[in-house]
Amino acid sequence: MMDIVLLACMFGLSASIAAALYRIFHRESTVADRVLLLDSLSFILIGIVAILSIWLDTTAFFESIVLIGILAFASTIALSRFIERGVVIVRDRDRR
Amino acid sequence: MSGIGIAVDAAVAMLVVLGTVIMLISSLGVLRLPDVYTRAHATTKSATLGLLCILAGTFIHFLYHHHLVSIRLILVIFFVFMTAPVAGHMIIRAAHRSGVPLADISVRDAIREDFGAPGESAEKGAAEHAENGAENMAEAGGAVHDGTDRAAPESPAADRRGNGDPAGE
Repeated sequence: MMDIVLLACMFGLSASIAAALYRIFHRESTVADRVLLLDSLSFILIGIVAILSIWLDTTAFFESIVLIGILAFASTIALSRFIERGVVIVRDRDRR
Repeated sequence: MSGIGIAVDAAVAMLVVLGTVIMLISSLGVLRLPDVYTRAHATTKSATLGLLCILAGTFIHFLYHHHLVSIRLILVIFFVFMTAPVAGHMIIRAAHRSGVPLADISVRDAIREDFGAPGESAEKGAAEHAENGAENMAEAGGAVHDGTDRAAPESPAADRRGNGDPAGE
């Protein structure tokens, strides 16, 4: 019973990934859309890995959850800095 | 399995299903909402809530069945709860500064003049802000009554809304 519920939840999250990928590869999406949805995609991926670790009853995937979260945050910040002004690390402090 | 075990499993299943449903609602918002700002409203808030439900279910599962208080899961819950609003704010600020246009049904852009060019004087920005605010409010008042011509192309507010340079003239 628990297995069926968890499998259904993983299918639901896969449908969420499909929706996010549709919006990422949509022709009229902007770059900010794509960065935003990559961030959202990593959240969905964390959810899938968490459900998988309940299903397999193991704690071995928790490191990958932590790693996906940290990488998603760092890449989102870097990409949004990049689409804001074209550089990631600003050395000139007078530029806002 | 004891009664408490069944109850805990039911609670875990309910949390996971609730998180999945919230994630699905979030992706429905991603598909349906018109521009990047409203889509950020869909993804940052509800996806964070859904993910927190799923991670809470995982935490309760391992707390009961393995007697394990997983510090890594607590760390991920805390980290996601802290960083998801920051990331959403950064993306939307970058989108607004790089001139992503609002949707056509938007009434006004409230933070447009806050990101003026460095050489622009504050008085000009304030005057422009007041003028555009009056125009947009008038436009919004008209749109309440008929709702048909609020994205008229000859309106200066509609022009400036879409041209991607907030301090353009």
